[in-house]
Amino acid sequence: MNLGIVIEHYLLLATVIFFIGATGFLVRRNILVQLMSIELMLNSVNLLLVAFNRHHTGSMHGQMFAFFIIAVAAAEVAVGLAIVLQFYRLRASVNSDEATGLRH
Amino acid sequence: MIAGAILFAVCSVFCIVGALIVILSRNPIRGAMGLLATIVGIAGLFLRLNAEFLAAMQLLVYAGAVVILFVFVVMLLGTDASLKENSFGGAKISRIVSGVLAATSGVASLVLFSGGQWNDFQTIGKSHGSVEAVGGLLFSDGLVAFELTTALLLVAVVGALAVARSKPSKKVEARIENETLRMYHGPLMARDAERVITGGTLAQRTAAQKEGQKGGASR
Repeated sequence: MNLGIVIEHYLLLATVIFFIGATGFLVRRNILVQLMSIELMLNSVNLLLVAFNRHHTGSMHGQMFAFFIIAVAAAEVAVGLAIVLQFYRLRASVNSDEATGLRH
Repeated sequence: MIAGAILFAVCSVFCIVGALIVILSRNPIRGAMGLLATIVGIAGLFLRLNAEFLAAMQLLVYAGAVVILFVFVVMLLGTDASLKENSFGGAKISRIVSGVLAATSGVASLVLFSGGQWNDFQTIGKSHGSVEAVGGLLFSDGLVAFELTTALLLVAVVGALAVARSKPSKKVEARIENETLRMYHGPLMARDAERVITGGTLAQRTAAQKEGQKGGASR
C-alpha cells in the first residue's frame, strides 16, 4: 500500500473545508459565524494554491498568489467586522436576516 | 514517508474538526477557536508543502490578527454575539443549495479518486518556498501587486475606522420645539437666517430655550 501523500489528498481536503465553509455561510444566520465561514473558504483555496504550486515545480507564483489572498482576507475581515459592529449598533442583533435596510 | 503521512493526517484532522466547530458551535468564541485550529492545521500543511514563508505568514496574519479581531468583536458584543437560531424556517433555500453543493463536491471527489491515477509530488530544490525565494519573486514579478496590496491595506484600515467609529460627528442642532422657530430653522433665503422672530435671533432663542431646559432639569 502506497502511503505517499499525493495532490489528490490535498484536493479532497480543500474540497471538504470549502464545503464546510460554504454550508456554514448558507445555513447559519449569525454574521460573525458567516464571516468565519468565509475565512474557511479562503483558507481552503489557499491550501489548494500552495499544493498545486508544489506540484508544478519550477515557479513559486502560486505561493505569491496565496500571499496576496492572505492580505486581502485580512483587509476583508477588518472592514467586515467594522460593518458588523455598526450593524449591531443599528439593530442590536447579529442576525443577518435583519439586514433589510436596502429592501424596498 | 510514514512521518509525512502522519503529519498530513494530523493536520487534516485539525482542519476538518476546527471547521466543523466553526459552523456548529452556538458560541462564536468557540467558533473562533475552531477557526484557530483550522488555521494551525493549514499552516502545518503549508510546512509540509515546502512553503515555510507562507506558513509563517498564515500564523502571523490569521492566528495573530484575524482570530484576535474576531474574539475582540465577540467580547464587545457580549452575550448578544451568540444568536438563538432555533428555527431555520428562513434558511430552506440555503439548505437546498448547500445540499446540492455537497452532492456536487462528493461526485467530483468520487470521479477524482476513481481514476486511480496518482500524481505524486516530485522532488524539489531546497530554496522552494523559502523567504528569500518568495521575497525575490514578490519584489520582481509581483511588485505592482505588492504595492497595490499596501494601498489596499491602508484603505481597509481607514475604511474600518470610518465605519466603526462610535458616533458620527453630529452638528450640534438643538431640537426646537416651537413650530415657528422650526420653520425658520432652515431658511430658504439667506436674509431669513438673521430674521428676528420674537425677541432675538434664532441662535439667541435656542440658547435661551436650552438654558431654560437646563434650569428645569436642575430644579
